[in-house]
Amino acid sequence: MNWQKSDLHTFTDARKQTRSFVSRVIFAILIVFILMGVIIGRFYTLQIEQFDDFITQSDENRIQVRPVAPNRGLIFDADNTILALNAPSFTLSIIPERVKDNDALIAQLQQYIELKPHHIERFKRNLKLPRKPYQSTPLKLHLSEQEIAILAVNEYRFTGVEVEATLKREYPDGKYFVHALGYVGRINLRELNGFTQEQVEQYGGTNSIGKTGLERSYEAQLLGEPGSEHIETNARGRVLKVLTRVAPAPGKDLRLFLDSHLQRVAQDALKGRRGAVVAIDIETGGVQAIVSNPSYDPNLFVTGISYKNYNALRDSWEKPLFNRTIQAQYPAGSTLKPMLGLVGLSEGIVTKKTTVYDPGFFQVPGDERLYREWKKGGHGSGVNLRKAIVESCDIYFYDLAFKAGAKKMHDVGEFFGLGLKTGLDIPSERSGIWPSPAWKKQRKGRPWFTGDSINMSIGQGYVLVTPLQLAVMTATMANKGELIQPRLVSHIGDVPTVKKILNTIELPDKYWEHVHEAMEGVLHDAYSGTAWSVGRKAKYRIAGKTGTAQVVGIAQDGEYESEKLSERNRDHALFVGFAPADDPKIAVAVILENGESSGKAAAVAKTVMDARLLPSVDASTDRNSNSNINNASAITANSSSEKVLNTPHRHAHL
Amino acid sequence: MKTNEDFVRSMPDSAHHFGKARGMWQRIHIDPILLLMLFALCAVGLYILYSAGGESQRLIKRQGLVMVVGFTAMFTIAQCSLHVIKRWAPWFYLGGVILLVLVMFFGVGAKGAQRWLSLGFMRFQPSEILKVGVPITVAAFFAGRALPPKFKDIVIALTIVAVPFVLILRQPDLGTSILVAASGLFVLFLAGVSWRYIIGAVGILLASLWPIWQYVLQDYQKTRILTLFNPEADKWGAGWNTIQAKIAIGSGGLDGKGWLEGTQSQLDFLPESHTDFIIAVLAEELGFIGVVLLCLLYIGIILRGMLIAVRSQNTFGRLMAGSITLTFFVYLFVNMGMVSGMLPVVGVPLPLVSYGGTSMVTLMMGFGLLMAVATEKKKTM
Repeated sequence: MNWQKSDLHTFTDARKQTRSFVSRVIFAILIVFILMGVIIGRFYTLQIEQFDDFITQSDENRIQVRPVAPNRGLIFDADNTILALNAPSFTLSIIPERVKDNDALIAQLQQYIELKPHHIERFKRNLKLPRKPYQSTPLKLHLSEQEIAILAVNEYRFTGVEVEATLKREYPDGKYFVHALGYVGRINLRELNGFTQEQVEQYGGTNSIGKTGLERSYEAQLLGEPGSEHIETNARGRVLKVLTRVAPAPGKDLRLFLDSHLQRVAQDALKGRRGAVVAIDIETGGVQAIVSNPSYDPNLFVTGISYKNYNALRDSWEKPLFNRTIQAQYPAGSTLKPMLGLVGLSEGIVTKKTTVYDPGFFQVPGDERLYREWKKGGHGSGVNLRKAIVESCDIYFYDLAFKAGAKKMHDVGEFFGLGLKTGLDIPSERSGIWPSPAWKKQRKGRPWFTGDSINMSIGQGYVLVTPLQLAVMTATMANKGELIQPRLVSHIGDVPTVKKILNTIELPDKYWEHVHEAMEGVLHDAYSGTAWSVGRKAKYRIAGKTGTAQVVGIAQDGEYESEKLSERNRDHALFVGFAPADDPKIAVAVILENGESSGKAAAVAKTVMDARLLPSVDASTDRNSNSNINNASAITANSSSEKVLNTPHRHAHL
Repeated sequence: MKTNEDFVRSMPDSAHHFGKARGMWQRIHIDPILLLMLFALCAVGLYILYSAGGESQRLIKRQGLVMVVGFTAMFTIAQCSLHVIKRWAPWFYLGGVILLVLVMFFGVGAKGAQRWLSLGFMRFQPSEILKVGVPITVAAFFAGRALPPKFKDIVIALTIVAVPFVLILRQPDLGTSILVAASGLFVLFLAGVSWRYIIGAVGILLASLWPIWQYVLQDYQKTRILTLFNPEADKWGAGWNTIQAKIAIGSGGLDGKGWLEGTQSQLDFLPESHTDFIIAVLAEELGFIGVVLLCLLYIGIILRGMLIAVRSQNTFGRLMAGSITLTFFVYLFVNMGMVSGMLPVVGVPLPLVSYGGTSMVTLMMGFGLLMAVATEKKKTM
């Protein structure tokens, strides 16, 4: 194809055309120069004038500040046995953004390591949760060393797969200590929303927080200060290198008064029965054993407990999650009698020699109502204070209560800590009820009756106490009036905690001696002492008091027949005591739910006292088995390794 | 023999060598200065591509191969006489348009655009043919006519431009359609279309901006344009490229972060860093100085191209040469303008530097035509 050639063009035409063309070219070149100038000007603006802005933005792009989680403080018992440590844990995670086909990858991984259906199920569930782009999603937690090695060797075969090392809280033999220590768990949404800005920064690199027990109450000290590192990342958030690093300050270690040996002995002594044991060091107020049974394994909670396991724990009728030592409130029963004896003596209502006649019931003058005694036919005539305590005579105390009145009992009881939170350093403590006419008026809207006083004198009626309160009351009895705030932690880091005397009861020594002596009779008066069956076997003198607490009310004329009651409605068995009677070291309170016989509670208390007071062969072998755990802790926590290795040998307290 | 010696002696040495060399270049139909600058540009391209492509050997080898193909195409076309080229131009154009129509029905593509024809072993983009086809055809059309062109001829020429322009715009491929339209319109401009027409056309164009926005542009094109004016509005989406490119350029400063040291490009913050956005890598790593030097090289090529056009005595040749040179400028202006955030992101590569086969080959074909014009025997047609 050819467009027709015109024969019009002549030489002049050609020159004219050339001139026109050249002028157009010059014009075009001019435009080119102007536009080129615009481009260069633009680059000049960006690169020279706005350089500072853009270099900053470029650095902000690639450099991220990442918080570095501090190592959580460790928890040691009184003998430096480690109770809570941080163990390295390796997690196999997948970064979904870098994986084309998750199922294919999982199938490929399965050729190398075992993945159970629940791993895959949880992974898929987690995938649906909101998360930051390029944040990894865990597939399998707690890889074994073999699995880590297999994955390391075959790493090049997989993309988007990571093995992440984290420190995981671990509680060796946790079910012995969980009610004291509590546990850490993942920070949940509710906690996160409640955080202050400062806390958000503090928890920047941490994803667990103390949920209960000491882990919660000492959260601030255990946590430590997070460090930070400047890291260079690419656009996909992958860390390429660490530019600078500020090391985190590890949390402070806690050293407890708790004696892990005593704790084990106490828990084992319950032999699986529901109940609670609290043992307090009389000198310091330090809690040496605090057992609530049944218990559970706190390690289940650390990385998130399954719904199935949690529901089983929560719904169990035995309530293993419930810390009976501080949350359960029981009628105190006769365990209050020594204290009420002091009320009588100090108020001049009774003397050592005052006696009552006990026909098996008590009547308030001018009232026909009969107040029964636990013992059919009563304790007979000539019941003095000592006998009333040793044999646990109710009538004596009905009479005392009637004469003293509720107000006086209430006031003295409060000096012993009844009806008040003891202030132990773990959360969720309950205060119990130590009633008074004013309390009844306010809470029940009804006036106080004499019958209320009578019930109060044997720790029934409105009276409710926690096992911890009983132990504190007993320690106060043992040290003749110093109410010391109980505490679990003896040292935070290297700093000892302070002994706090809440109040001092000033009474003549002879009153204390008399009541102590009566309490000793409870265990050592042959045949008559309510806990003689236990006391007769003791290698030292124990002072104590038994008690039973009614679970169901008994009709005024009814007879208590335990055989007819189902097990769960049987009486709670109680015992409080201290030893050695002449130089008290330890106060113990025991409750056996539906235990029926207070002698069984006394036996548990004696076992605990033996462990504390008698040098034991068992104890030293126990130490040795613990040393393995100590060595393990040296790997994970450098800060405390020295202390662990210098563990002193078991002390003899006698 | 003697006479020959005398002849040699009578010539100044330098002139002798020059003349001889020139004769050699003339024989192989190559303009050495243009060739040298093209080599330089390709070298710069490989140098920056090595960094932008994450030091990939594969990428460099492929681009090197493309360059060999490109220079071969250039050399081959340079051997053709203008007469032949002019004769074949309309067929070339027609073939291109037919392929564009085929693309409409059988094309394959990505991201909602249908641009490629699949030949089984390879895919190619017929619109690229028109980048060369349109200017040579319009130039061929005017070559035999009275200039400045008459109104009727202008309308015909515009039709020649409009058909492929509309077809390419519909694919949709805004970047290529602009380049194709520009290459045709430059011929009209250089042919001496009266200023009155030009000003009138610009007026109409401005008036039709709103209807074009409303009815012609695709949503993704609108997004790109809107994003241009406010990239922060869509920081993680459409604005990301522009923002990251500006950060890359700006953070390069006067002398750059150094070759292979650009954080924006090496850490993948800059998308498409080895293709359309490669100038940002150069700006980041070699700084403002590098950008200016590159621009000087481009200006050198453009001036050389215009000089070839002006020197040509052949109407077809000079219109074609001028148009190809100016289109080459449009390439780099649109690319550098869009990467630096002055123009919307329309998908135009940085000529001879961006990674990619088609644009490289098309551009080198254009330079082959320039070479042909430069070495055509000086005689009027």
